[in-house]
Amino acid sequence: MDNDAVTTEDALTSLHPNHVKLLRLQTGLAAIPFVIASLVLEGADLVPPGLIFGPVALLALLAIVRVPLRRHHARGYVMGADLLRVVRGILFRSDSVVPFGRVQHIDVNQGPLERFYGLATLTLHTAGTHNASVHLPGLEQGLARAMREEIRAHIRQETL
Amino acid sequence: MASVPVTARHGAAMPAGHRRTNPLSFAVIGVSQLARMAVPLAIGAVTIFDKGEMGKLLLIIPMVVAVLGVNFFIAWLRWLRLTYVAGASDIRVESGILSRAARSVPYERIQDVSLEQKLIPRLFGLVELRFETGAGGKDELKLAYLSRDEGEALRRLVRARRAEGTLAEPEGGTDEADEQAQLLFAMDRQRLTTFGFFEFSLAVFAVLGGAAQYAETFMGIEAWDPDLWQQVFALQERWILGLGPMAQVLGAIAALVALLVVGSATGMVRTYLRDWGFRLERTSRGFRRRRGLLTRTDVVMPLHRVQAVSISTGIVRNRFGWKSLAFVSLAQDSGSSSHVVAPFAKEEELAPIIRIAGFAPPADGLDWHRTSTRYRFDSIALKSGTLLLAAIPVAMFAPAPFVFVPLVLAAGSAAANFLAWRFRRHALDGSQIISVRGLLAPSVQIAQRVKLQSVEIAQGPIARRRGYATLHLGLAGGTFTIRGIALERARVLKDAVLASIDQRDFSALT
Repeated sequence: MDNDAVTTEDALTSLHPNHVKLLRLQTGLAAIPFVIASLVLEGADLVPPGLIFGPVALLALLAIVRVPLRRHHARGYVMGADLLRVVRGILFRSDSVVPFGRVQHIDVNQGPLERFYGLATLTLHTAGTHNASVHLPGLEQGLARAMREEIRAHIRQETL
Repeated sequence: MASVPVTARHGAAMPAGHRRTNPLSFAVIGVSQLARMAVPLAIGAVTIFDKGEMGKLLLIIPMVVAVLGVNFFIAWLRWLRLTYVAGASDIRVESGILSRAARSVPYERIQDVSLEQKLIPRLFGLVELRFETGAGGKDELKLAYLSRDEGEALRRLVRARRAEGTLAEPEGGTDEADEQAQLLFAMDRQRLTTFGFFEFSLAVFAVLGGAAQYAETFMGIEAWDPDLWQQVFALQERWILGLGPMAQVLGAIAALVALLVVGSATGMVRTYLRDWGFRLERTSRGFRRRRGLLTRTDVVMPLHRVQAVSISTGIVRNRFGWKSLAFVSLAQDSGSSSHVVAPFAKEEELAPIIRIAGFAPPADGLDWHRTSTRYRFDSIALKSGTLLLAAIPVAMFAPAPFVFVPLVLAAGSAAANFLAWRFRRHALDGSQIISVRGLLAPSVQIAQRVKLQSVEIAQGPIARRRGYATLHLGLAGGTFTIRGIALERARVLKDAVLASIDQRDFSALT
């Protein structure tokens, strides 16, 4: 078998550009409570104005604008002839490989936000205790389904 | 490739071939919820009648009806949005009201289909179908609820489709009759007694502590009340002081001996209860293990289900050459997935069992690799560093000599880790991957590369800067992790595992 495509580091396929927007929206929603809390604290007049809201807003802005972009760039996958490689993480890098011959079943999931952006998450389940399910988010929904078909066809073909 | 039915994006429109579960199933869900609400309702009713305000009942009833109505409506929406299709090569289930989830399970991967009938579905003549695939995450496909006939039909279909493939049932006919079992390992009473001594345990004191707390609540003795103990000690102290130094030393020794006796007795009793009449046999259907005094268990493990073997030992028992052998297997063994097949044996007794399971004990002259020296430095620095940090507050607040305690601990920890590094190693042989660790109580883990499920190389922020990684191998029913190896080595191992996996499909393994 040809493992070259798997071992070279730069052959990663990046995720759909909408994935950045999705991550931004998700972090944005997560940041709302913190911003509100900081506004409430501002309203209590405990400290000079802007001392709490300023940094919180700055952090939120950073988390919404900068971090999703970096996370997006850190993620990628390789759809090999008989395996899927998923790379993710900024600080904690992880590089998982699932051979199609070990896939138990396949999920294509879409949350409400993902549906809005036309994205889907492909999940491969294996029998292993570690990496029992490997998730690949941020795929265009048609592509996710096509990948599922390809993997499923491969399972069938290998068994026969 | 089979043609893919396009998923319906909106509500009721259903692609051709897709089917819904039985319409009664949302009634079942509703009734089950009613049953679940019964207890809170009863409590509510009691408190209302207790206060004698019947008027409130008029308010409560519409609320209950509204809650039920909403529940029924959601259950109905769920039912509407859940469709399944038994296609040419797989079963697909699509579900979700707002989020959509589509799951595809190829027939080849379905180990078994079980029909389950709980009480309420049973009243409606419905069954729940579970498709067992042996996926590690317990995240199996379920279909709730189908009519009994439809469930049976689907089960027959899955079994027929499975049989169409080259897959002959591996566990063929049930030939219970021709059991010519070959005894592999057994423990006689003498071995069991020796084993019991090594299973020294002070768990009984924890049990006594727990009992004391019960006594406290039920008998009014305050076990944690300092006054009580001060009185007891005051009484004892006078008595002990009156004995003289010789008797005091003797008393201390007696106390230690008592502790040893109690600990050994606990270990002995537990060992006898668990491993009485331990027999491991090889039968035509695989390994068969029987053990237990009061609850006797009888477990059969097919040979091909053994995913990995591990040999472990204890610090003391290792001095006498006693080891324990366990199999990691897909089948569950009363909650834990590792099956102890020889709890207390010599190395030469273990080797034949390992060979029969299809594994090979580590051969001589393997190319052993250790963890990265950078990882060794970093982990020692981290562990000893925290102890050194702890020395600062000690130096500031405690009397002077105490500062040596964390310092000595830090040095000791560093030395121990440095030594342990020499004994933590791994190797590849013809078809296996072997990992050994531990200085005083070495443990060995052996896995067949072809039976692994996935490979992950993980790196934290420090590991990335320093060029080492942790290798996680997906093992069905267990974990296989090699920490702190150089990145290039991790890639070599990954390629070796992937090359081996590529040779055979999962369905050919189980």
